[in-house]
Amino acid sequence: MALADARAICPDLATRPADQARQGAALASLRRWAGRYAPMVAGDGADGLIADISGVAHLFGGEPALRDDLHARLARAGLTAVSAIAGSRGAAHALARHGGGIVPEGALTEHLGKLPVSALRIDHATAGALARAGLGRIADLIAQPRAPLARRFGPGLVLRLDQLLGHQPEPVAAAAEKPHFSVRMTLPDPIGLQGDVMAALMRLLDRLCEKLAAHHRGARRVRLEMRRVDRGSVQVEVGLARPMRDPARIAALFAKGVQAIDAGFGIDALRLMATATEPLAPEQTGGGSTIRHKDALADLLSRLGNRIGFDRVLRLLPADSDIPERSFIIAPAAYSAPAPFAPRGGPPRPIALFPPEPVAAVSGHPPARFRWRRMGFTTLRALGPERIAPEWWLDDPAWRSGLRDYWRIETREGPRLWLFHTPQVPGAARGRAWYVQGEFA
Amino acid sequence: MTTLHDPDQASRGDAPFALAPARVHEAEGRGRRAFALFQAARHPGPLFWVLPAHVPELPLPAGLPEGVAERLHLLRPASEIDLLWSVEEALRATPVGLVIAEPQKPLSLTAGRRLQLAAEAGGTTGLMLIRDGAGSNAAETRWNCDAMAGPPDSTLHRWSLRKNKKGTLGAWVLNWNGATAAFDLVSEAGERHEPAQPPL
Repeated sequence: MALADARAICPDLATRPADQARQGAALASLRRWAGRYAPMVAGDGADGLIADISGVAHLFGGEPALRDDLHARLARAGLTAVSAIAGSRGAAHALARHGGGIVPEGALTEHLGKLPVSALRIDHATAGALARAGLGRIADLIAQPRAPLARRFGPGLVLRLDQLLGHQPEPVAAAAEKPHFSVRMTLPDPIGLQGDVMAALMRLLDRLCEKLAAHHRGARRVRLEMRRVDRGSVQVEVGLARPMRDPARIAALFAKGVQAIDAGFGIDALRLMATATEPLAPEQTGGGSTIRHKDALADLLSRLGNRIGFDRVLRLLPADSDIPERSFIIAPAAYSAPAPFAPRGGPPRPIALFPPEPVAAVSGHPPARFRWRRMGFTTLRALGPERIAPEWWLDDPAWRSGLRDYWRIETREGPRLWLFHTPQVPGAARGRAWYVQGEFA
Repeated sequence: MTTLHDPDQASRGDAPFALAPARVHEAEGRGRRAFALFQAARHPGPLFWVLPAHVPELPLPAGLPEGVAERLHLLRPASEIDLLWSVEEALRATPVGLVIAEPQKPLSLTAGRRLQLAAEAGGTTGLMLIRDGAGSNAAETRWNCDAMAGPPDSTLHRWSLRKNKKGTLGAWVLNWNGATAAFDLVSEAGERHEPAQPPL
């Protein structure tokens, strides 16, 4: 039914847009829970789960008891579900979407014959064509000779029919569980001393790092959550400059955070999780000085990043642009690798670059005398101009004044400055449009 | 004891501007950034430049000496305390080649001494780019650096050593173009601060 029709029938209808991502997440968590009934549980379409319960049902007291148990637990969680148990995956799928129930062994044809052909997981066009041919129910299809059926409606229909009747095997392929990098520890008595917390942390870290090593991954962020006896909780989180799984080095980063926590009446449970991980191949241990230096540098970047913020520990990377401000990128050092710069060439560039500052009291072109930062300068030598045009594909507010003619001005006073002139600005001829943007060595 | 006339230092070829290793030095004057880059080109290994977040002057990779931009790490702490802490941590780390910092306030004697101890512990050299007259007593050497006008095709710098705990003072004019580690000393007529070298 279309939403407009539904609204016409019931004007007070409350509607919500479908949220596929959250539905998928909810189904995934339900799939994890359903693992209590069978070792193999997989998603079945957007709205279903399929479990292979071969050899499992007797543990729950038979198939009807298992199904009752499932429904009772789902009802207690507030979920309405329809379920079916059948000898083949296709049959269970069809029956679950048409009333549910249990198909006894060897009675597939009798129980499923009365279902419409659309239950066969075939597309809408094939179902319509079958209906036009007068084949509305699965029982009608089973009675038909197979060769003409396959010729007219394609091999897909016969395959689905065979899967329904169990002639064609169709295993339940459960997706592998994603590794979960989290360990916890509960204590019989609460602890409150910093040394005790660090000792517990070391034990947790050993287990977490073993887990990371087994999956060839390294942690980028690690969070320690501590539950206090008064049900409060405190947490400490550290970031790492590069993926690692060395317990001692991670523990060193926690020392400062653990010092600052308020243990209250004591801590009786700890939970340590790697909230962000990255692939990390096994490395040779006890390497030479190069590896030790790399590790020490990564440790330094981690320590710095955890105190002043990872967005303040930066690295320069090359960028492809003639605009001086955009000829390099400043990137967080923890999330980038050093990249080589092109060798120097072309016109000279200053060592320091800053936002353009206007100069005052300009006389001449290029300026023979000017004032900048409350100092007077006299030009000794001027080298230029070097014309740089703005990038038309990027609208940079700083470059809206158009072209810039850059000059290297050597002053009698010593400083060698990088001045530019904007010839396209009205009034540029009167000497208003001079700015300093850099200083040479 | 390391002095400016130390023969093994002179044999390294960059005397008299070599900074004593594992110590913290200071540079003041308008040309202090150029002096810092000159030293950066001479120190192998990762470089750390601690620049307060509000300072607008950024190093432009295309203008830095060869091989410096790739090795440079920029730290932009928000406060002076964080700045000093970052410098101390970087000095304490062994693999770092040179730590350059631009403190905005004069260093207290305690802070200066702490930095010296950190530099000794990590074997790292530090260089503080200070405001004029904001030097610390704990500094090993203090340099006054200024750019100088000169004849065409020259980039003259006047670097004078104003304080030296283990050696003599001096002033030099040199021609360094900022692209490589090479430089030429320019003798200034009538002003000689060193004894003349005996003829070879």
